[in-house]
Parts: sequence; structure tokens; C-alpha cells
Amino acid sequence: MRPLTPRRLLLTCAMLAGILLLVVFFSLKFGTRSISIYDLGALLFRTVTGHTDQVSSDFRLIILDIRWPRIVLAMIVGASLSVAGASFQALLRNPLADPYVLGVSSGAALGSILSLIWAAQLPGATPFGAFAGAIAATAAVYFLGRRGGELDSYALLLGGIITASFLSALIMFLMTTISGRELRGMAFWLMGDLSTPSPVATGWLFLVLVLGVGAIYTTAADLNLLLGGEQEAMHLGVDVVRVKLVVYLGASVLTGLAVSVSGAIGYVGLLVPHLVRLLFGSDYRLLIPATALGGAIAVVLADTLARTLVSPTQLPVGAMTALVGAPVFIYLLRRGMA
Amino acid sequence: MNPAEKTAEKAAPAGAGIPGRPLPPEPPRLSVDLASFSYSPEGGASLFTLEATTFDVRSREVVAVLGRNGSGKSTLLRLLAGTLAPLSGRVKLEGLEVSRLDLRTRAQRIAMVQQENPLLFPIRVWDFVVQGRYPYSRGLRFETDDDAAVARQALYEAGADPLRGRWMHKLSGGEKQRVVLARALAQQPLLLLLDEPTLHLDIAAQVDLLRRLRRIATDRGFAVVVVTHELNLAAEFADRIVLLDRGKTLRVGKPVEVYQQALLQQVFGTLLSVEFNSRGVPKVTFSGAETE
Repeated sequence: MRPLTPRRLLLTCAMLAGILLLVVFFSLKFGTRSISIYDLGALLFRTVTGHTDQVSSDFRLIILDIRWPRIVLAMIVGASLSVAGASFQALLRNPLADPYVLGVSSGAALGSILSLIWAAQLPGATPFGAFAGAIAATAAVYFLGRRGGELDSYALLLGGIITASFLSALIMFLMTTISGRELRGMAFWLMGDLSTPSPVATGWLFLVLVLGVGAIYTTAADLNLLLGGEQEAMHLGVDVVRVKLVVYLGASVLTGLAVSVSGAIGYVGLLVPHLVRLLFGSDYRLLIPATALGGAIAVVLADTLARTLVSPTQLPVGAMTALVGAPVFIYLLRRGMA
Repeated sequence: MNPAEKTAEKAAPAGAGIPGRPLPPEPPRLSVDLASFSYSPEGGASLFTLEATTFDVRSREVVAVLGRNGSGKSTLLRLLAGTLAPLSGRVKLEGLEVSRLDLRTRAQRIAMVQQENPLLFPIRVWDFVVQGRYPYSRGLRFETDDDAAVARQALYEAGADPLRGRWMHKLSGGEKQRVVLARALAQQPLLLLLDEPTLHLDIAAQVDLLRRLRRIATDRGFAVVVVTHELNLAAEFADRIVLLDRGKTLRVGKPVEVYQQALLQQVFGTLLSVEFNSRGVPKVTFSGAETE
């Protein structure tokens, strides 16, 4: 019996942050052209100390201009999807809830595509389209999930699945109207891909990530009580309506953020929270930050594999997470721990 | 509880009245005054109506609410918990209308033990019981020494002390119900509500739970309202009975006054007989055959 203390919270996060740094370091090292640890260390040291002029331009291009931005995107996407998944699971009292199952990712994807068709020249159009799509899909699913004036978890999940399939059909329809060259990129993007650079500065993405996760984290103690049911939480003093609203909006924004950057990367929102729960327990005060860091680790790892496994060809990272994620998830399910 | 009342409690412990002279009347802790409620679809005719109900619950008193399914027991409990506002009349706890209290204050004053609700993810007994301290803190609510002390006391009183390191999903029904009771006690409420707490429990666990409730109500001065189907256990452990039938409060009174053969036969729609044991506690025996 060890109650969660601020000390344990910080230590766990520090440990995960350490692992993340290590993973990032090796992700920088591996690629079509492998770089020795010594060279990489020297390059990073010189970059940090401001002596970039002493670094060969080849290395600088590969490490700082190609691999590093992609790793940053992977971290942001992983953290967003994982926290969104953990949030939806508590909110719907369903361990299978995830941005994909709920159709929120499809909404975000449709929003992105529409913004590409109608407003491609506007800066930041894709992420805004994705946010709008995610929020609209959440609202639609929320509406479909209401039964007798109250939100029914199962009706909501079903509503999500139906919304997802309907939106996927719309996306298919739109894709057939787009010219061939674009189509290939789009199909790749829909599978979940980090090779296209972000449409907006990563600083903005990071800010949105922090705001979204921060908003959800303010409800962490409430989410712990929601795991035991809405009625029970209400009798313990939780403002259930407010908590649900904050978490729905926060999780929609995070999903929109992830999808606008990388398309549909599956299994992250489902797997990472479950693995973190197995390791550290299901207390949301620890789960949310640990899931954010764990999600970043998972997607950086997956993307590194996607880049290197069949190098020089690259796999979409979404295919990678599904290849690894699906068997692990089935394993967890069969052990009765998911 | 205000300090004056605490003093009054100390001056007159339960059952310590001078023989022949009744205790000075204590104001009721919970007063239900002509409270009614009606469920109706928007603009349509009402689907169910709980007609005006009046009764009081004093501290240290255990009141059992009896009636068939659909008689309005759960609706009454929700009115008492403040999650429903009465259509007419008032439900007051120490003079304040419960449905108007903010959520936090309400959770500090009213604790509810509901029927078993599966937990989504595994949690330890200790963490579960500490959740009862939620309404007393803010923010991330890291456990304080005070919280731990209250939770330990609650576990002890509910007889769940040896379970504190166990996982909730690995407990038996009786053990789980004691832990749920402990969490409610950790809320340090004035009023404790229980919705069919003995459902799914074997007879030993049922008796154990109600005996504990009885003792906690007496020792800690809680007012307790318990909705139950167990007529004989209610007669044994409750001070008073509220008998509901199809949304009407038929009778409020001591078990002896409420347990009348004709009345119970009418309410429960089955032939039964009522006997009184040497302590004057009624005992109901069902014959199994239906009334006309």
C-alpha cells in the first residue's frame, strides 16, 4: 500500500523523461545512414554549446534538419493520442474507448481534408480543420450517445463506431475526387505518417499539447472517482457535468492536434494507457503525465522502426503501431488485464 | 454539527435517560416535509409519482424504507440525497434544503452506499476508502495525515481494517460492502443513505452489515436511512419503518406499529403471517400463496 505522493509522481515522471531522452538519442542515431554514438554525442554537444559551425553539413542536415523535427512531431503526436485515449476511457467507463473507436479521429481527418481542399493556402488551415472536425465528431457522437436525457456509455460507443464508418465513407468519397498524385500522399497520411513536415510551427503544436493535457489534468482527481460510476462520483462531490465537458473538449483538441500532424495512428491511445496502468496503477494523477511521456516514447520508437526496418523504404508509422499494437493488445486482453 | 449540539450529545448519551423521564426532544436531523416527486416525459402525463411524504430522522436513528419494486423507494432516496429536487414540499438536513446545497457541501454531509457498481480498473481498498475524503480537499488531493487518520478509523469501524492492502475486485460481496461503507464513513457525513446494501450478500454478511450500521449509528450519532427488501432484518435493526406502496407512504412508525398482517399482505401482495418474539420484534413468515 503506497499512496500517491508528489514525490512519487515526480520521480516516476523523471524516470520516464530519462527513458524518453535515451530513446530520442538512439532514434537520432539510427536511420538509413547510421551515425556512431561518438559522432552523435559530439554533434549534440556542439549544437547545445552553440558551435554548430564545427559540425559537418551532412550530419547537420541528417540529424538536425531531418531526424530531429520528425522525432519532435512523434513525441507530440504520441503524447496527444495517449492522453486522449486515457481520458476517453475514464469518461466512458470503457477500457476500449479511444479516439478511433469514438470516430473523433475520423472527424479530425475529414476536417483536415476539407481544409486542404477549400483553404490549403491559409496558414494553419489543417490543424484548425482537424480541431473543428474532432470537436464536431465528438458533438455528434455525444448526441448519438444520449438516451433518455443521459449519456449512455454503450450507446455512445456504438454512436462512435457508426460515426467513424460514416466519416470514413465521406473521406473515401472526397479522395476519389482528388487527383492521383495527391491521392497517394493522402492515403499514406491516412495510414498515419510522420514524414510530411508539420503545417504549423512545432512551438504552436507544443503549446496546444500543454494546454490540452493541462486542462485534462485539472480533473485528474475527479476522473479517479468517475471510474466507479457517475452517480457514485456525484455523491462524493464531483461536478460530473463540468468534468465531462472539460475532458471532452480537451481530448478532442488533442486528437485534432495529433491527426492534423500525422493522420490516423492507431492503437496508441488504447495501448499506452493500458501499459502505463499495468506498470504504475490506474491513479489518473500519475496516469496522465506518465501516459503523455509513455506515448511520446512509444511513437518515437515506432517511428524509428518504421524508418529503419525496411530502409531505405519507409513504412507509415500507423502500420508500425498496428503491427506491434494489435498482438500486444490481444495478449493483454487474454491475460484479463486490459 | 455545531458545537452546541455536540455538547447536548455528550450530556445525553443514547439510552441514558433517567427512568420514567423522557429525554428532552432533539430536533430531527433530517426532516421530510410533504415532499413529492413526479417523473414525466417533457409535457406528457406523469409516468410515476411519489406522493407527499412526511417523516423525520433523528441522529442515532436507523430508518428502513420498505416496499415492493417500483413503489418509489429509490426516488425517495434520491430526494433525501438531494440529487432530485422535490416537486413540492421540502427535504431538510439540519435546517438546510438538501437539493440546494452545492455538491461539495452535500458530499460532506450526506454519504450514499449504492448497489454494487463494477470498477473500471483495479484499485486497492485503501485508495478506494481515501476517495471518501474527496469533498474535503481541492486540486490534486494528495492524501494528508488527517485523511489517512479518518480513513483508518472508517476502515476500523466498518470492520474492513484487515482488507486495506487488498484489491477491490478480489473481495467477496460482504467484504466489498464493508469497504464501500468505510468510504461512506470517511466522508464523515451527518446522514448515511444505503440503497439495498444487503443485496447479493449471504445471510451472515447481511446480519453483520446491519449490526455494524446499528452500532455506528449509535456510537457516531449518524442518521441512517436504508432501503431494503429484508423485512425481518429491518424489523430487527431499524428504529422506524417507512412503508411505501405505489408511490404512497402508507405508514411511518416503529416496526411493531407497521408490521401488521393485513397491511403487509396488501403491500407485498402475498399471504404472510406476523409473529412477535420475546423482545417484541416482529417476524414475518411468507406462505408463498398469492392474495386475490
